[in-house]
Amino acid sequence: MPWSTRESDADGPRVPQGPSSGSPQGRLQAAQTGPLQWARSWSLGFRNPSARTAALVLLLLIVVAGFAHRIAPWGPFQMTADSFAPPGRIHLFGTDDLGRDVLSGVVHGARVSLLVGFLAAATSTTVGICVGSLAGFYGGWLDAFLMRTTDFFQVLPRFFVALLVAAMLGAEMWNVILVIGFLGWPQVARLIRGEILSLNQREFVQASRAVGGVNARILLRHILPNALPSAVVAGSLDVGQAILLEAGLSFLGIGDPNLASWGKMLNNAQRFLRTAWWMSLFPGLAIFVTVLAVNLAGDGLNDALDPRLRRRA
Amino acid sequence: MRSLALRWLQLIPLLLGVIVINFVLVHAAPGDPISFLVGDFPAPEEYVQQLRVKFGLDQPLAVQLGRYLHHALRGDLGFSFAQRRPVLTVVFERATATLILSLSALCFGTILGVALGVVASLRRGGLLDTITIMLATAGFSFPLFWVGQLALIFLSLKLGLFPIEGMQSVRESYSGAAYYLDILHHLALPAFVLSLQFLAITARLTRTSMLHTLAQEYITAARAKGLPEAAVVLKHALRNSLISVLTIVGQNFGYVLAGSVLIETVFGWPGIGRLLFDSVRMRDYPVLMGVFVVVSVTVFLANMVTDLCYALVDPRIRR
Repeated sequence: MPWSTRESDADGPRVPQGPSSGSPQGRLQAAQTGPLQWARSWSLGFRNPSARTAALVLLLLIVVAGFAHRIAPWGPFQMTADSFAPPGRIHLFGTDDLGRDVLSGVVHGARVSLLVGFLAAATSTTVGICVGSLAGFYGGWLDAFLMRTTDFFQVLPRFFVALLVAAMLGAEMWNVILVIGFLGWPQVARLIRGEILSLNQREFVQASRAVGGVNARILLRHILPNALPSAVVAGSLDVGQAILLEAGLSFLGIGDPNLASWGKMLNNAQRFLRTAWWMSLFPGLAIFVTVLAVNLAGDGLNDALDPRLRRRA
Repeated sequence: MRSLALRWLQLIPLLLGVIVINFVLVHAAPGDPISFLVGDFPAPEEYVQQLRVKFGLDQPLAVQLGRYLHHALRGDLGFSFAQRRPVLTVVFERATATLILSLSALCFGTILGVALGVVASLRRGGLLDTITIMLATAGFSFPLFWVGQLALIFLSLKLGLFPIEGMQSVRESYSGAAYYLDILHHLALPAFVLSLQFLAITARLTRTSMLHTLAQEYITAARAKGLPEAAVVLKHALRNSLISVLTIVGQNFGYVLAGSVLIETVFGWPGIGRLLFDSVRMRDYPVLMGVFVVVSVTVFLANMVTDLCYALVDPRIRR
């Protein structure tokens, strides 16, 4: 997993994601994934102070995004009388070339970033789960076909595909979400496939098969719930990636023209670096804080769902 | 080595896939491809029809795809409307600058990242180790182009340590060594910023891999026979740890190229990034598609080179 923050997958996708190198909850905690278990492991994993802070920051950001129009002192595109006002009492983060309040832009920009981040990651996780479970569960030619497709998507330079598609089909937010979402699934698919291959051999699956369980039911009721935690962790990694990708696209001028976004603000700032450093500093800081919070919270999630930590508690 | 040769075959589906994506996009994009050519000018219907026949747009889609593939595989990636030149010429012209930038960033990131990772692993939990881990975490979280903007504001504009824009000084023309030094001076800051993310990965991976290697029995044996610590770390441990580092160089080449595109925009580096930026603005789609094909192939080649190096370094794979 390139740019991964986790050590276990820092050595990249070419390390075999076989049954043994996948996440171990399948082996240790199968059939125990109820809401209670999730809640318990959640509180255990988030004992880590950095993960807890990150989760809080993330919550705060979501609130800010949700109530942007109430919180921001001005509208995102509303022009005030002073242009290039440095950060001060009236404009906390200064204003840009057209006199728009940078703070208000940053507050409104949280919406696009968080929406793109979470929805794109949700899309790629969902696609990954579908592809991975079909490949792992049914095997045979379907597996071969799906895995070659996965290979293809994995070698595609993601940023360039997203750029091309968004530039040609239109850079509305939903397009961007779908493009990023449909590019990020290979890692999840591989992970889920590995999990399912190993779960398939477990006694409780064979037992349900022995009593005449239907394939679809075995997959949906017995296997998937156990493979889900690792998919969620892998998906959490995609959130930060998606936010960065969206920011990069808007920085190049490919973004929804009707929405305030941090990348677009940085694009605008580029022309005025000499005169207005605040136009660059604050939107970028917002991206950094958001992605850092997402990544650290993802690490917390990883710990929360890691049974090794669970047993120690 | 045979498996390496087989991997070359993967280039075929990759190329086909990339070209099909391009083709589908052209036809899925709003508006007729003809409208790109004719523009908003009210052209007579007859002329439009004539163009349609000339470019084969009256043929069934399958025939068009076949024709497109045929052209693309012969290296004809289309024509840049904005620049009035073949796409491939335009892209290759800019490729050198991008390669200089990304390869320097890769080298810099690898060397510094490995050094940082080794030092961190020697004192686990020490100050440098903590800093490395923090840096690695932060390294994944900031948009590189923003760091580039900040570096430009503070190091170039405020302190005047580095040139502000471009690859060479415009006002003076240098020759000989001064010419290369001038480029190097322009290169230093963008390459450093571009290397940061890769540096973070390398440092983290080296650290993990070194910690793993240092716990092996043959390291204890080397120490027990009285080898100096430097020899144990550098010759015995590092050499084995480097193998895993090597693999990620190729894998991350695509990411470095993507980062390069953004960094070039910040620093006015005359590479593919600037070309993309301008082409997006001018809606010069053939160039965007050409860049996509060239980048895909380049990333594939980088992976192949990495595999080759991998096989050279690790005798277990050579068989």
